[in-house]
Amino acid sequence: MKNKVLRTEILKLKELKLRDWARQLHSFVFTGEDAKTDKGTFPWAPFKAMVQKEISDHFRNWRFIILFVIISLACMGTLFATLSDGMKAIAVDSSGNNFFFLNLFTKSNGTLPPFFGFVGFLGPLFGISLGFDAISSEQHRGTLSRVMAQPVPRDSILNAKFLAGIIVISVMFFTLSFLVLGAGLIAIGIPPTAEEFMRIMVYTVLSIVYVSFWLNLAILFSVRFKQSATSALLGIAVWLFFTIFYPLIANIIIKAYEPSKFASPRAIYFYEKLKFYLVQLMPNELFDGITSAILVPSVRSLGPLSMEQLQGAIPSSLPLGQSILLVWPQFTGLLALTLLCFLLSYVVFMRREIRSRG
Amino acid sequence: MEEKSIEIKGLTKKYGGRIAVDNLNLTIDKGEIFGLLGPNGAGKSTTILMILGLTEVDSGSVKVCRIDSSRYPLEVKKKVGYLPEDVGFYNDYSGLQNLMYIARLNDIPEEGAKKAALDILAEVGLDDVMHNKVASYSRGMRQRLGLADVLIKNPEVIILDEPTLGLDPEGVKKFLQLIVRLSRKKGITVLFSSHHLHQIQQVCDRVGIFVKGKMLAEGKISSLAQQLFSKNAFTLEGVVSTVGQEDNSTLSLKELVQKMNSIPEVVHVEMKDSRFVVESHKDVSAELSRMVVQSGYGLNFLSKKEYGLDDIYHQYFQEDNNT
Repeated sequence: MKNKVLRTEILKLKELKLRDWARQLHSFVFTGEDAKTDKGTFPWAPFKAMVQKEISDHFRNWRFIILFVIISLACMGTLFATLSDGMKAIAVDSSGNNFFFLNLFTKSNGTLPPFFGFVGFLGPLFGISLGFDAISSEQHRGTLSRVMAQPVPRDSILNAKFLAGIIVISVMFFTLSFLVLGAGLIAIGIPPTAEEFMRIMVYTVLSIVYVSFWLNLAILFSVRFKQSATSALLGIAVWLFFTIFYPLIANIIIKAYEPSKFASPRAIYFYEKLKFYLVQLMPNELFDGITSAILVPSVRSLGPLSMEQLQGAIPSSLPLGQSILLVWPQFTGLLALTLLCFLLSYVVFMRREIRSRG
Repeated sequence: MEEKSIEIKGLTKKYGGRIAVDNLNLTIDKGEIFGLLGPNGAGKSTTILMILGLTEVDSGSVKVCRIDSSRYPLEVKKKVGYLPEDVGFYNDYSGLQNLMYIARLNDIPEEGAKKAALDILAEVGLDDVMHNKVASYSRGMRQRLGLADVLIKNPEVIILDEPTLGLDPEGVKKFLQLIVRLSRKKGITVLFSSHHLHQIQQVCDRVGIFVKGKMLAEGKISSLAQQLFSKNAFTLEGVVSTVGQEDNSTLSLKELVQKMNSIPEVVHVEMKDSRFVVESHKDVSAELSRMVVQSGYGLNFLSKKEYGLDDIYHQYFQEDNNT
């Protein structure tokens, strides 16, 4: 489904008249002394007003409140499940891992999935729910043409929606992270180390990037489709595809290439690489990699490692810098996907004719 | 020299193979109320969108207050207030909040904006409901709030796209009066699009008839009528009474028609029962009435038919259909 959307968008890209663009670029560059040009003096105050309005709309929206309550309850539930049983779940570790606070995020006693699992699972839903009717509802209510008739650049509305979404998501994730930290502080009684704290902050920032990818995808759908329901369903369909169907498909492909027990190391290595790259296409897999590398310092590679690479390695945890280095490709990938969605929304929206309704 | 508010030259817009606006030329002077009249789907809204730079122009140019709208839409939007047809508001905000949001988008300083908003709301008659949510507003109130929206930015030009759609007759009357009053008071140019002839006739200085993307005619309503009905500019309608007139001096109706036809300048007479319609090159009502009475008939009424936009419009539309 996504491919189809992508294809139509690429077709649209081709349709755009390059010559016109060149002309516009030319006029943009060479009209420096013309007092009428709007560049240079970006109207910040209107943009600020738009962002403010979007944020207050989100916070007053029942949809946001319900999702926030669900996510906080789930996180609190896992937290208490982890902390009960005399903290056995987090304390017991044979590998000399003494990152108690990180364990709060990654371990559970088995009754509920751990904290990061919930974030990874519900985060996309949250992003989709914030963005799926961003543009289409404005169009539907007839407010889009009203706002567009005001002297604000056309992209401001997209930027404002996106920025407001990110701010709301950030507020929520930092709240949750600090709540878990605080609860852990009370329960365990020892403060987190600087490294642990930094790791949790990095994790929070990266999960914001992850959710903002889904937010952007939802905004793209809301620009493209007139019905909010269509874009919501499509967003959820993409999410379901990546969480359920794509792993199945990837498994089938991988099965076909499975080498025999006596295959050469090269064949086995190729097989492992294939397995790795096939799942790396999924945004949720990228995020899983990021989570495990950042929250579990003993993870030293996200892909397959050969015996030579493992030789002489000391079984200890990596410093934060190295962990970040480890997930840098994944992080870049996520960011690239986010920007791609944003770019496509731009392309679709900037050339759109804005009628009052429908 | 009079200042031009809107200058459109050779404007063309195509949707696929269909031409929505075809080589349109139009100038509107400052302070003028111009009516854009045309049936649904004639390209009125498309023209308006192009004036505002909300859709791309295929060829030609639009200048509003001497600013090219396809290149500097932001500057144009600072000067133009646009009321879209079927305007929408944020329903869970109050009327005042909606208005203030638009003021903020126009970068009007907060204190001044608040005062201006209150003044304008009073002007459009919404001051007693301004703290209510827009969801509770009636159609007419929303339309007036839309007008307030347009006025808050202190525009030089106002563009109204079918503003009276869905209003009751009383609401329409009030709304039109409001527009005229504001335009005259502040010298604002108004472009008014509608398919309602009578409303345009009531308020507009000049009218353009717009059918299938082309401007068929343009000018003052009276001059339009003259252009169109130059052949038979006068039409008289009357009813003769025959009751109690049985003496032999009475002519039969047929003879009366012949007699009417003999009046100089009369072109065509039509008689049905006792009702007649006379078309002529000049005003013959005096001769006609004298003749009817002399013939022994009573004249129940005689009226001169004024050509309104209705007739003009139908005439043009017919011509367009025939060709």
